[in-house]
Amino acid sequence: MEIQKWLVVVHAHNLGATAGKPFGVRSRSPLVGWRAMSDIAIRVEGVSKQFGKTLALEKIDLEIPRGIVFGLLGPNGSGKSTTVRILATLLQPDEGSATVDGIDVVRHPAKVRERIGLAGQYAAVDEYLTGHENLVMFGRLSGMSKGDARMRAGELLAEFDLADAAHRISKTYSGGMRRRLDLASSLMARPRILFLDEPTTGLDPRGRLSLWTIIQRLVTDGTTVLLTTQYLEEADRLAQRIAVIDHGRVIADGSPAELKARVGDESVEVAVVRPADLPAATQILAAATSEEPIVDVERSRVIAGVSDGAAALARVSAAIAEAGIATDDLGLRRPTLDEVFLSLTGHVAESSDAEEAE
Amino acid sequence: MTSPARALKDSGVVVWRQLIQLPRIPEVLVFALIQPVMFVVLFRYVFGGAIQTPGESYVNYLMPGIFAQTVAFGAVASGIGLAEDLRRGIIDRFRSLPMARSAVLVGRTVSDLVRNAAVVAVMMGVGLLVGFRPSGSLGAIIVAFGLLFLTSFAFSWIGVVIALSMKTVEAVQSAGFIWLFPLTFASSAFVPTDSMPSWLQGFAVNQPFTVVVNAVRALFLAQPVGNLVWLSVVWMGGISAVMIPLATRQYRRRTG
Repeated sequence: MEIQKWLVVVHAHNLGATAGKPFGVRSRSPLVGWRAMSDIAIRVEGVSKQFGKTLALEKIDLEIPRGIVFGLLGPNGSGKSTTVRILATLLQPDEGSATVDGIDVVRHPAKVRERIGLAGQYAAVDEYLTGHENLVMFGRLSGMSKGDARMRAGELLAEFDLADAAHRISKTYSGGMRRRLDLASSLMARPRILFLDEPTTGLDPRGRLSLWTIIQRLVTDGTTVLLTTQYLEEADRLAQRIAVIDHGRVIADGSPAELKARVGDESVEVAVVRPADLPAATQILAAATSEEPIVDVERSRVIAGVSDGAAALARVSAAIAEAGIATDDLGLRRPTLDEVFLSLTGHVAESSDAEEAE
Repeated sequence: MTSPARALKDSGVVVWRQLIQLPRIPEVLVFALIQPVMFVVLFRYVFGGAIQTPGESYVNYLMPGIFAQTVAFGAVASGIGLAEDLRRGIIDRFRSLPMARSAVLVGRTVSDLVRNAAVVAVMMGVGLLVGFRPSGSLGAIIVAFGLLFLTSFAFSWIGVVIALSMKTVEAVQSAGFIWLFPLTFASSAFVPTDSMPSWLQGFAVNQPFTVVVNAVRALFLAQPVGNLVWLSVVWMGGISAVMIPLATRQYRRRTG
């Protein structure tokens, strides 16, 4: 609920600020109104999209300030990629409107494409070209001259630690190298706004870490990044603002701290052997943590947020032993996407096939 | 940059991309070269002795048919290449760039034309090795190559339409071949059509592939061409005129 309030506040602020101002003016101005307008990089209003019978997006609203990493967090099939595809002009919304850098994505897709970069699961590099050739190709197709494209390609390959592999066919690259090349491809024309669609899905921890460092560096240059991810950890680490999306709807929106406050920083989780012990375990957790525990009946688990991690764990563990409840697992956990979902929606993050249906 | 100039530049970049890929994808090269060579060997040495071609040696009769079949089968490669690009997400990235929309399909068909030209040149060499002796004038042979390239271009667009109509690469592969076999074999490419039963002759004599094969053969072998060249141009131009807008529409729908 607090999050929705936040959205409303932003809306009201912007409506007031932009009223009566010419549309599409992007130059910086000392006037408050002008600044407020250009401070929004991406605006999505009431966007819906249906694939066959599946409603992939249902009246999505988003406002993404300039110069931050905005995380769109949700399970597979929640509508994250559909949102990105609409903003990147790859897909048309059934209803609603969206602007990127102040430009309508449906009415002026060509102008939007001059301002954006797209990387991630749906935007591939050419595996039969070398890293250098890929970058030059995408640069040339973005309107750069041959010389500029070559120079920029060299810069990016060095920056992304791909200089040694620059003249190898990208088919021979490791997963992490390919993702870095993919990201570099989207940066050739120095876009103001960058869409990263699950940039680290399927990467090993080391590859993920190196990509995170690169993304963090980008934002310091003033690029606005819309990042979709299934990992709370990733959104937490990179994003200044997060929208949680589920079944095509934004169900929460706020800073990582705000979202985590809703699930508790840490939580104690108990998995019982006999489902019949679930009510007893729930009572113990409620007593030991002074918080309403969340029950996951399907997996015979109870989770409760705690503020005093280790001590709470000791209390719960003692009480469970005293009650003679057999457990499969008993431990202290950092919040995961599942817990955010549990606490926001009351159900676990389930993936659907909506995005595959595209 | 004005828009036609931009379209030309972007198409050029896509053609460049496809041509430098070519030697790096062994399957494509093998497919493009081994198959027509195999047909030459089979028909020249296995079936050839049993096929009567009045007035010409069988190898002279065969090679123009092989050239035409080679460029026609290029349609399959066009289709598979585009289907692979769609599946891998390359097309999505192209579409997120401020490039000319037409460059994806134009680049594809033009680069396939260049590839086919190279393959036909190799087949010409193979033909000379197995005894092909064209008697046509240089001018006539140049016109014959021109017709083959026009055919390559028209058939590539058919392959593109098939690729854009099918959901998977495998489907594109099967659908890409299925119509080519009756079209190229129920024609004058390998055997004279008058040996066929009359119900088949009606199709075999009049269908566009036979028209092209007859025109190319007449040009290579210094036979009277009549209106065959013009008829071929009309057929292949007509196929292109239908397939290009169809492909464009399918592309918009597929990627819209």
